[in-house]
Amino acid sequence: MTQIADQILVFVLLLNFVVLGSSRLAVSVRIVAIQGIALGLLPAILHHFSVHLSFISFGMVAVKGFIIPLLLTRAVNRLTSKRESDPFVGHIPTLVVGGICTALSFAFAGRLPLAPEHQGLMIVPAAISTLLAGLLVIVTRRKAVSQVIGYLLLENGIFIFGQLLTTAMPFMVEAGVLLDLLVGIFVMGIIIGHIRAEFSSVDTSRLTTLRDV
Amino acid sequence: MVTNVFIHAMLAILLPPLLIGVIARTKALCAGRSGAPLLQPYYDIARLWNKGSVFSSTTTWVFRAGPLVSLAVVLTAALLIPFGAPQAPFSFRGDMLLFLYLFALARFFTIIAALDTGSSFEGMGSAREATFACLAEPALLFSFLALAKLSGSFSLTGMLAHRSVVNLINDGAPLLMLLGGLYVIILAENCRIPFDDPNTHLELTMIHEVMVLDHSGPLFGIILYGAAVKLFVLGALLIHIAFPISSGYQVLDWGVFVCSQLLLAITIGLTESLMARLRLVKIPYLLAVATILTAFGLLLVLR
Repeated sequence: MTQIADQILVFVLLLNFVVLGSSRLAVSVRIVAIQGIALGLLPAILHHFSVHLSFISFGMVAVKGFIIPLLLTRAVNRLTSKRESDPFVGHIPTLVVGGICTALSFAFAGRLPLAPEHQGLMIVPAAISTLLAGLLVIVTRRKAVSQVIGYLLLENGIFIFGQLLTTAMPFMVEAGVLLDLLVGIFVMGIIIGHIRAEFSSVDTSRLTTLRDV
Repeated sequence: MVTNVFIHAMLAILLPPLLIGVIARTKALCAGRSGAPLLQPYYDIARLWNKGSVFSSTTTWVFRAGPLVSLAVVLTAALLIPFGAPQAPFSFRGDMLLFLYLFALARFFTIIAALDTGSSFEGMGSAREATFACLAEPALLFSFLALAKLSGSFSLTGMLAHRSVVNLINDGAPLLMLLGGLYVIILAENCRIPFDDPNTHLELTMIHEVMVLDHSGPLFGIILYGAAVKLFVLGALLIHIAFPISSGYQVLDWGVFVCSQLLLAITIGLTESLMARLRLVKIPYLLAVATILTAFGLLLVLR
């Protein structure tokens, strides 16, 4: 079973690269949705069946695969320009840095003192590199929607890490994380709306210039 | 063994232009035309070989040596890679590097032959060719390294030796990534559509076509033939990664090899029909993606 899980994680890592390299916001949203669905399958594959696990799987697929992407797609559809046209760091350098980060996270995970049953798994390196990819997206992009996408990637990384502890982790914690995420996305959606109303664009770099109103 | 080497050499010499014909036919069918006969590339090359040559007075022996060296080099590379038989005619430890740099040598001679004409136009093409080749080479090297790690051997014959299906389940993901990366590299190296349109003669878009504008007659025929052989050899590499299953019967293996080469040609034809040529500034982007794919495959193999 762990082999299938590893293949899913490889797929997830590839999707990170797609998000890092694509300039179209709609594509990025869809890719993150696919990633969420793939990750939702992960607990079902890794662990034995239990009610609480199936809830986690179902919640993950529903929230990350459908609800949040729908909200984001609506936000993207309302934008005038549907592309990340001018990021702080270009797409190719971001891709290359993402590749380096992935390589480093594999090296790092090899040195961590993990429990023996987690030693050979892809879970830890995949988690770290997804986290880093999310951070990269947040740091290098201008638009608020892209930053939300980066936040989602980061959260996916945390979820992968959580797979090591799922059997030990009570259901409430997982549900709390998902709820947190949903609230975060709502808040960001409201902020995006406000930014657009104020500046008629969602370029967050304009927020750095303070002025009296 | 001897028959295998004989069949190997015959295929490497006779089959390549057919692939170009299949690609052209596929594109024609996709566009709703009936297209040229499948053997048209053979007729073209034969026609060119019966012509005379015109040489500009500014050119030196380099201009004439360019196509000849390129052809000799890709034919040498064809001897290093196994086709249908499990063994290549020549193999030694580390011949993957030789394979890699034979292509670099062919490219170098194409470039200096183009520069030898002294036309700025061909210089532009050479600059582009050199740039994109730089970006394509690491992907090829990464995929060779990954294969070497998987098979524990540094020669192409050992690397592409047929793996069992059990290993495929373990190493399926990295192999798929290598496949994706290598397919992009094949399209780039053979100047196929997303990178370069072999049929246009527009200054702005040309990469490879520019460099051979001054060649005429037999030399131009040799260039066309060499390009076909290059496609054939790189295709063999891709096929061995894509279908790592051997039946054990020699005849069947050769048949499978030839059929999969034709299948690859059809795939390339479909790709060309479905895609438009990329803008020149976008090409490095796609090559970088191919490199990252293969590097990631290598990373997965190394863990």
